[in-house]
Amino acid sequence: MTVATTTNTLVGLLVRHADDNTILCQRLGEYVSGAPELEEDLAVANVALDHVGVAMHLYEYAAELDGGEASMDNYAMLRSEREFTNALLVEQPNVDFAHVVARGFFFDVYQTLLWAQLSASTDERLAGIAARAFKEATYHLRHSRAWMLRLGDGTAESHRRVQAAVDAVWRFTGELFVAVDADSELVAEGIGADVAALKPEFDRIVDATLEEATLVRPSDPYQATGGRSGMHTEHLGHLLAEMQWMQRTYPGATW
Amino acid sequence: MVTKTMLSAAELTRILDVVVDPDIPVMTIAEIGILRDVSVTENGAVTVGITPTYSGCPALAVMEEDIVAALAGAGVEDVTVEVRHTPVWTTEWLTDEAKRKLVGFGIAPPDSVLAVVPEVLCPQCSSSGTAKISEFGSTACKSLWVCTTCLEPFDYFKAI
Repeated sequence: MTVATTTNTLVGLLVRHADDNTILCQRLGEYVSGAPELEEDLAVANVALDHVGVAMHLYEYAAELDGGEASMDNYAMLRSEREFTNALLVEQPNVDFAHVVARGFFFDVYQTLLWAQLSASTDERLAGIAARAFKEATYHLRHSRAWMLRLGDGTAESHRRVQAAVDAVWRFTGELFVAVDADSELVAEGIGADVAALKPEFDRIVDATLEEATLVRPSDPYQATGGRSGMHTEHLGHLLAEMQWMQRTYPGATW
Repeated sequence: MVTKTMLSAAELTRILDVVVDPDIPVMTIAEIGILRDVSVTENGAVTVGITPTYSGCPALAVMEEDIVAALAGAGVEDVTVEVRHTPVWTTEWLTDEAKRKLVGFGIAPPDSVLAVVPEVLCPQCSSSGTAKISEFGSTACKSLWVCTTCLEPFDYFKAI
């Protein structure tokens, strides 16, 4: 594999993981002030801050490799819906607190496994970004898992709502573990993560948590995909319209 | 032509003792462990290596500016601040002096990262009767606790 190809595919990998974090950060940002208690608004904002921080470090690295006009701002603010390669899960709407918790829980389980594996990447800079992100994902998961238990094994209403949330977002979890073809060389070289190999551990943690929370995993085997190739659900366009409005209306604005 | 006296890496490091965490201005960047290394080339080009604490900590950008400003104040103009991603920052790097300063500032210092249940003493009355209110606090690095003896709420600098 040539150096140029490796660089290209590494940019793709970095931007893809950064896109997940950027889009979920925007969703969580929308939700701040909507949580049921003040401490949860703080938690949502803190988690969103961690996510955007990881995204910035990944975009920054990608931009250095990409060269030219590439910059973290341009990646986040000037790409169109079809150019974002985030997973469908993170663009799903907030709906209610139970949806925010369930979406976050599935994503946090995935990210703890992903960052643990990327901490051992042969790319030192990616390994460093991942090792720090792993520490953060660990307490994100501790928090979201605690809420899965509290809502699932709580009142009839909280149980009903979080089960509905699990039913709604479960179909977007499978995509996280579908290997991206372009990554195969990077995985072989120990730079990228073999995401498909993370699925059994994901299932184990999810099943144990759902059982303890008296929740059930949806039996419908259908799993939606497309995010990794830029084919998104209808929600992403609306999210980007709001997120990118300022930069597109006043190009290059500084203050 | 102006001839300047070149400063050594040790002297440059001492100058950087004025740079503090903007959110917790009692701790210097050296005491927190953010300042990793300072080097100077034969022609006076200075490189300062820093490491992020939390991925999204907005204080890092401010500290980068403060480093450049502090060195410019000492007549050092050719400064590059480099972000080091490895090894990853840990609260184990906080000096004992930093921990004492945190207590004086009303923040409980981090316990060992190995502690399964951290021992958190109230920074006001030193009681060990404390309880966590929320895992998340006013900044990424802190969680919210309360003292069950003197009833004061306080921040705990999370061990990570």
